[in-house]
Order: sequence, then C-alpha cells, then structure tokens
Amino acid sequence: MLNRQGRPTIPGDALLSDHPTFTGNKALSQIEPLIFETGRLETTGVDYEAPKPFTSRLGGLERKSEIGLPGLSEPEAMRHYVRLSQKNYGIDTGLFPLGSCTMKHNPRLNEKIARMPGFSDVHPLQPLSSVQGALEVMHTLSHWLMELTGMDAVALSPKAGAHGELCGMMAIKAAIAAKGEAVTRKIVLVPDSAHGTNPATAALIHFIVKPVPVRDDGTVDPSVVASLAGPETAAIMLTNPNTCGLFEKDVVAIADVIHAAGGYFYADGANFNAIVGKARPGDLGVDAMHINLHKTFSTPHGGGGPGAGPVVLSQRLAPFAPVPFVRHTDDGFELVESEAEAAKHGADAFGRMTAFHGQMGMYVRALSYMFSHGADGLRQASEDAVLNANYIRACLADLMSLPYGNRPCMHEVLFDDAWLKDTGVTTLDFAKAMIDEGYHPMTVYFPLVVHGAMLIEPTESESRASLDLFIATLRDLAMAVKRGETERFTGAPYHAPVRRMDETRAARSPILKYTPPQPIMQAAE
Amino acid sequence: MRYLPLTSDDRAGMLAKIGVDQIDALFADIPSNKLLHHLPKLPLHKGEIEVERLMGRMSSRNVSASSVPFFVGAGAYKHHIPATVDHLIQRSEFLTSYTPYQPEIAQGTLQYLFEFQTQVAALTGMDVANASMYDGSTGCGEAVLMAHRITKRSKAVLSGGLHPHYVDVVQTLSKMAQAECVALAPDGMAHEDILSQIDNTVSCVVVQTPDFFGNLRDLHAIADKCHANGALLIAVFTEVMSLALITPPGEMGADIVVGEGQSIGNALNFGGPYVGLFATKSQYVRQMPGRLCGETVDADGTRGFVLTLSTREQHIRRDKATSNICTNSGLCTLAFTIHMSLLGQVGLKRVAEINHANAVKLANQLSAIKGVSVLNKSFFNEFAVRLPGNAAHIVEQLAARQIMAGVPVSRLLPHAGLDDVLLVANTEVNRDEDRQAFVDALKEII
Repeated sequence: MLNRQGRPTIPGDALLSDHPTFTGNKALSQIEPLIFETGRLETTGVDYEAPKPFTSRLGGLERKSEIGLPGLSEPEAMRHYVRLSQKNYGIDTGLFPLGSCTMKHNPRLNEKIARMPGFSDVHPLQPLSSVQGALEVMHTLSHWLMELTGMDAVALSPKAGAHGELCGMMAIKAAIAAKGEAVTRKIVLVPDSAHGTNPATAALIHFIVKPVPVRDDGTVDPSVVASLAGPETAAIMLTNPNTCGLFEKDVVAIADVIHAAGGYFYADGANFNAIVGKARPGDLGVDAMHINLHKTFSTPHGGGGPGAGPVVLSQRLAPFAPVPFVRHTDDGFELVESEAEAAKHGADAFGRMTAFHGQMGMYVRALSYMFSHGADGLRQASEDAVLNANYIRACLADLMSLPYGNRPCMHEVLFDDAWLKDTGVTTLDFAKAMIDEGYHPMTVYFPLVVHGAMLIEPTESESRASLDLFIATLRDLAMAVKRGETERFTGAPYHAPVRRMDETRAARSPILKYTPPQPIMQAAE
Repeated sequence: MRYLPLTSDDRAGMLAKIGVDQIDALFADIPSNKLLHHLPKLPLHKGEIEVERLMGRMSSRNVSASSVPFFVGAGAYKHHIPATVDHLIQRSEFLTSYTPYQPEIAQGTLQYLFEFQTQVAALTGMDVANASMYDGSTGCGEAVLMAHRITKRSKAVLSGGLHPHYVDVVQTLSKMAQAECVALAPDGMAHEDILSQIDNTVSCVVVQTPDFFGNLRDLHAIADKCHANGALLIAVFTEVMSLALITPPGEMGADIVVGEGQSIGNALNFGGPYVGLFATKSQYVRQMPGRLCGETVDADGTRGFVLTLSTREQHIRRDKATSNICTNSGLCTLAFTIHMSLLGQVGLKRVAEINHANAVKLANQLSAIKGVSVLNKSFFNEFAVRLPGNAAHIVEQLAARQIMAGVPVSRLLPHAGLDDVLLVANTEVNRDEDRQAFVDALKEII
C-alpha cells in the first residue's frame, strides 16, 4: 500500500529565518572565509612544467623571502568567487537608483566585442601598421563624442572621470600659461553642489578653490558668478545638469560672465547622459568637459572601475590637448605620441596623462553602445531617463520632500530629509530599509547643499512595471515612517548578508590586510 | 530599441501622470534656442548583427599577440590568463556592481579588495596596499605627490631607467602642481649616479626595477642615502611578475612601491584598462591616495569589510583630499586577485621562472648573431639589444614577416640617440619555435 502522506509543501514555523544552522550558512547565503584561511601555500591552480636548468641572469638580486600567498585549485577558486559574487548587488540584480552614478544596463554585446582578439589581445606598442583597426576605433569614438557635444577636439586618454577633470583643468592651466597669466589667474570657482572631485582636482594642480553658493532654486546665479569673477579667475567648474538633478538654466549667461572675465568654462560631464541628443555643451559655451564612458555610454562600473574619462575641448583649448592623439591621413591612422611630434602638427600639447593610449577596452564598449543606439536611440535614452526620473518625482512628491519644489527635474530627482524630521528615522536608515526590500539605495547625503539628501536616478533601463513597484515600495516605506515603525529602519538591513557595519571601528584601528593568527605561546614549564 | 523597455503607451501614460503633454516640457530649462530639434548627424540605431560586423571589421585590421611570435613588452606584457578569470569577472554581481559604498550588499567586492590588498602587500614586501590606482604610470605620479606631502618638500629625482611614459606623466603632473622634477638621462646600462643627486632638498627618488631597459637595480644604497637625507625612495615596476623572483622593493628599503599589475589577470587591451598597484609603510597610510578596504564587524559582531580612512578622500575632504582619484580599477583588480589566487606563490614562482628561462634563452640566441649585442648585465623577462641598424625599421620588416620583435626604444625616446636599441620581452607564452623564427628572420634582415 502506498504511503499517501506525501512530502510536506507548506513551510512550518521551524523554517523561520532565525533558525540556527550548524554551518552558519543560510541556504544560498554562504559564509565564505578569506583565501588565506582556506588556501594552502603549496597549492596552485595552474599547471606549468619547470624550465630546464639554466644560468640565471638575476644579478644576485634573487628573492630570498617567502611570498607567503596560498593558491587555490580551480574548483576551489570558482566556488570562492562565485560565493563572493552572491554577496553583491549589481544592476542585473535589481533597480539601482544611485543618483549621479548612472547605473544603466550594460549590454553584453559590448563585452563580447571587447574580447575580440583584435581589441583585447593587441599591445599598445606594436607597430602602428598592425593596429590600424584599434586606431580607427579611437578615431571613430572621437568623432561621435565631438558630434554629440559640439566640441572641437577630444583627449581620449584620461582613465576615469576625475582623471578627465584633471586633464581638462591642465589644458586650461596650459592655455592660461600660454597667455602669460599663470601667476595671476589662480582662482577656480566651484559651486557648493559640485562633486568632491572638482575642488580636489583644482587643488591638486595648485589652483585656489573659491566656493560659489547655490541659490534657493538649486542652480547657480550668474550675477553671483559675476561678483566673484575677475582678472584672477582661471575657470569655473560647473556640473550641468547639476547634482540637484536640475539643468543650469542660466548656463549661457554663466559662460558669458566667465569668458568676459578671461576665464574658462569647465563642465563636469557626469550627468551628460540626461542631454545627449537634446543639447550640445559646445553650444552652451563650454571649453572643456569630461565624459564618463562608464556612465553615459554604459561601460560596466565593475565594482568601482575601470572607468574612462575622455575630455572634449573647445577650439580655444584644443591645441593644448595631451599626447597621444590619433590623426587620420591619406596613409591611414597615425598616433602622435610625443610633444615634439605634436608641435610639428601645430599643437602645443601640455604633456601626458598616462602611459600608452588610455582605456581602449572602454572605447570599444562605448563605441558599440553608440553604434547600437544610433543618433535616434541615444536621444531616446536621454528622454526616457528624464521621463523615468520625473515619473518617480510625480509619484512620490506627496510623501517625500523636494527641496526645490515639485518642478521638472532632469535624469535624477533629489529629495531631502525634511519629511523625516522628528520621526526618529534618518536618510541612512531609510536607505538601509530599501536594502531589505531588494533595492540598492539611492545616493545619500550628496549633494551637500541639501540636508539628508536622497538622489534617485532610475536611468532609462527600467520598465514602467519596475518603476511602479519601486514607487509602491518607497510609498510603503514612507507610510511606515509616518506610522512610527522606526525599528524597520533603524535596525535595517535585516536580510542582507551582513548587518550594518561598524565603520568607526574600521577607521580607528585599521586592519588593511590579513595577518595569520599568532601561535599561542606555551608557558615555559 | 532593444535596450529601452518603455513603450510608446508607457511614455504617454507617464507624461500624463507627470502632468505635461510632451517630453520637451521636461527639458524646458534648456534655453529654447539651444534645444536640439534635429538628430545629431550620426547613423541611426543598429541590431546586434550589424554592430558586431562593424566592430569585427575594425578588430580584424589588428594583429593579435596570440597569432604571431610576440616579444613586445616595455610596460605591458602578453601572459596567459586562465579561463576561470574571464568567466568570473563577467559574473553580473561583479561586473554590474558599483563602488562598495553600501557595504551590506557589497561584501563580495569588499572581501576581494581586502584579499587583493593582502596579496599586493606580500608581493611588494610592504606593510599596506590600497585597492588600486588607474595604472602604474598614474600611480607613480600619485606616489610622487604623496612623498611631497610627507616630506613637505617638492623636488623629485627620476631615474633614467624609469619608463619614459611614467617620466612624462610625473613631469606633467609636477609642472602643473608647481613641483620640481629632475629626470636623469635615459640609462640603458644602469650606469647612472643617482646617489650624487640625493641631498636634503630632495623629496623623493623614483627608481624602476626591473628598469625600462630590463636591468635589475639594487636599491639598498639609494634607500640608505634617501633616508639619511630625509627623502623617500619610491620603487617602481612595470612587470609585477618579476616580484616572484627578485628581492621585493620593500626588503630593499623602499618607502612607497608602485607599479603596473596588468601582467597578472589582465589582457593587453591596447594599453588599458590596467591596474595600478600601490603599497607603502604603515606610518604613511593616512597620506595614501585611493580607496582602502578594511576589516570590521557588523551589528551582530560578524566579520565584514568596509571602505575605510575615507577622510583622506575627495568625496569627504574636497580640496583638502590626498588625491582627486575616485574610481579604482575595480574589475581589473578582481582579475588580478583571481589569477593570483589560482597561481599561489608556487604557481607564480614557476611562471616567473619560465619567463626568466625563456628570456635567457633568447638573449643567448640573439647575442650569438654577429653585430647584435645584449646590453644588460641582469634582467628578468625583458632585455635591450643593440642592432646593427635602425631598430624601428627592423621591427617593421619583421612585422611584415608576421613577427612582433619588440619595442624600438626610439618609439618612446625619439631623441635619446638609442635608435639602434630594441627591447625584447619573453614570457611563458613564447615557445622555442617562436624564438627560432625571430632569430632566423633577424639574421636574414641584418
């Protein structure tokens, strides 16, 4: 007779999440030790035959100390890194509304193309005759960037956004020096809403940073700029659209004021993704602007890099672009690699930003993205990014507070924490509760001009259904705040692989690498 | 458009919810005479097939390193990368994650950064390493600025064995930051007198080993003289694999060690993205640029990792930050640490021995050719040879025979009078038949 009882399909109380396990694992959520705790010093995951005996040419400088690093066999390595990956949140996991960072979909076609041997397996110093296709990628990417920005030249080599800022500001410094004004023009105006990289970049090359207060509507007032600008002004560094998610509506007037004072207009292009195909920085009076290929043109963020920060330059700054740069001649593509050679072509290159030619792997991905979207798709992406942000704004404006009023934003919407006042819940708590709901938090506490800032950038990659669920979730959380369910927030996250981390402890006595536990000393008998 | 989920109906419904009748109402802050009413003068969208064809055509115009006998180095090296590495770095949770500012959902990234820092510290023989720089050259520039902050001096002395691009990067940065930079003449034989340059006005001395020409440098005496004068020694490498076989800079007295990590885990990629390694002594950690990952515990006391000492960084300190750097080389760092974990010290040492053995073989073969001489007394996997003719021309002739012979020094130092010098690199990928093909072809040409 058959057993009719069957397998229980309804979970009982015993399956609640706080049920302890022997391993400490919770099913798919696994505890993963450091490789130094599991790996063995004598193990390796590669197979190479020892070379035949030979006479070393190391000149007596042989390493005598043990390196002290364990190895893992291939299966162990796979498991280690797969388990680590499962503790990470990525764009492919869910909505990643990190304002100012532009976490849009990363097309896998671009990954495939970047791995073509003609791109991934070529050396930067091969004869130029053997890399004409690589130079063509650089040339074509430059063309697209200049066309989309309305600018006259592009320096591709900067390795990331902040490096692009540095490149642009160096070009400005070189141009000022060429006019004989290096000693007098030292001041760089930086609005309070700027990314931290802007003042850090200016200071790095010995400009003096003068902050520009932001007016009540979240934008920069040209009359304030005029009052600060003068013969000592080197430049203004203005992010547009700005970090409050607003287009600087007086940008042309600001450019005019700076130019009239003899300075240059550096635009932080971190938010260029809102206006691609809608407006061109070159038409707005910009002299230099970096473009984060990893934001606007979707090269993967990769857990914090690699980025890529090409800089577009106006006619006034174009001659000062650093080496290397590509030229297209009747004989094909050539690469100008030294300042002396640049001078032969009438340029006054200020120097070099990096070894070799920049982030080729990112150029390839960005160009694939551009080809896929085309002029029409790029504009549509900008419009959808702006539409999605405004949709979120419209759907949350009644519950959360908008520091600059309920008016259209660009590709990101900025809330402050006025609505959290006296609730016992902070911006950080609210962000951590979003983690429990399966979302990556928005950018918090930035920009600094707003108290308890929450900057939401949904990007064009989200469907309406996805946005609706996100909005419903935030509404539910907001209602929970108002109902006084503070524990849901102050203790969050409850469901992440780890609870809230003690960052103070980490900074007070830094542990920055693994140190093997010391053997316990045996007391002498 | 395959990447855009919104439908026309969605867009219309959302505009209605927002309370505007057309999309350009949301762009109303753009001055109306600046708003574009036509598409950019660029082609329209394309399907995957067409894009792959277009890009594939450009890719096919390049000669890939694996397809020919390949001896090109000078700061970037062709090594074998285990298949595991590229598979793992394409895991969505690594590839599409952000800087781990929300540590509760970024422990994967943070833990590998902690492991990476430990590996780099061990390789370089230093106390601490950061979570990486853009590449070796920019890391070198940052190291010089860091030395200036520590010593409160502003004069750097650069060895003539430092990679010429690194020299250019440091000089550019120094010029812009109003710091003094003394670059010694290119030095193919490691004959230069650095010691006489060191006095109590010098902030730092920058020495590469193996140097640009492949020579191994003993740093002990330079370190001693630096320290006696209150200066710092910055040791640079462009071939990280060398650290498996040669005395690490940390054991020779270096204060900051910086270099290119491309050789472990990262493809040539025509020059980038790469991964800058940056290590120093504990007492200087608060003057370091870049991100640092540190160990801590969560609210339940469970071990975890966070970005730490951020008060050095631009997003907190703005114009008082130690650097303007924001990103690191995240995914390249991951590739490095996975490859390094597979190698372990045993595998790394073995591969490095093969590199050295192969280079010694080729050096012997080339020295046997009449009119060709190896300049180096010592080297790891790359050395300089003097050819009986213009090296760039010979390289072109060899390239026409499908052999990538190396880097003519004149490519990077056009005015150094070293037009007949060629840098030749050998790694584990070069076989005896590759070397023989190179030697045979060279004999025919010269």
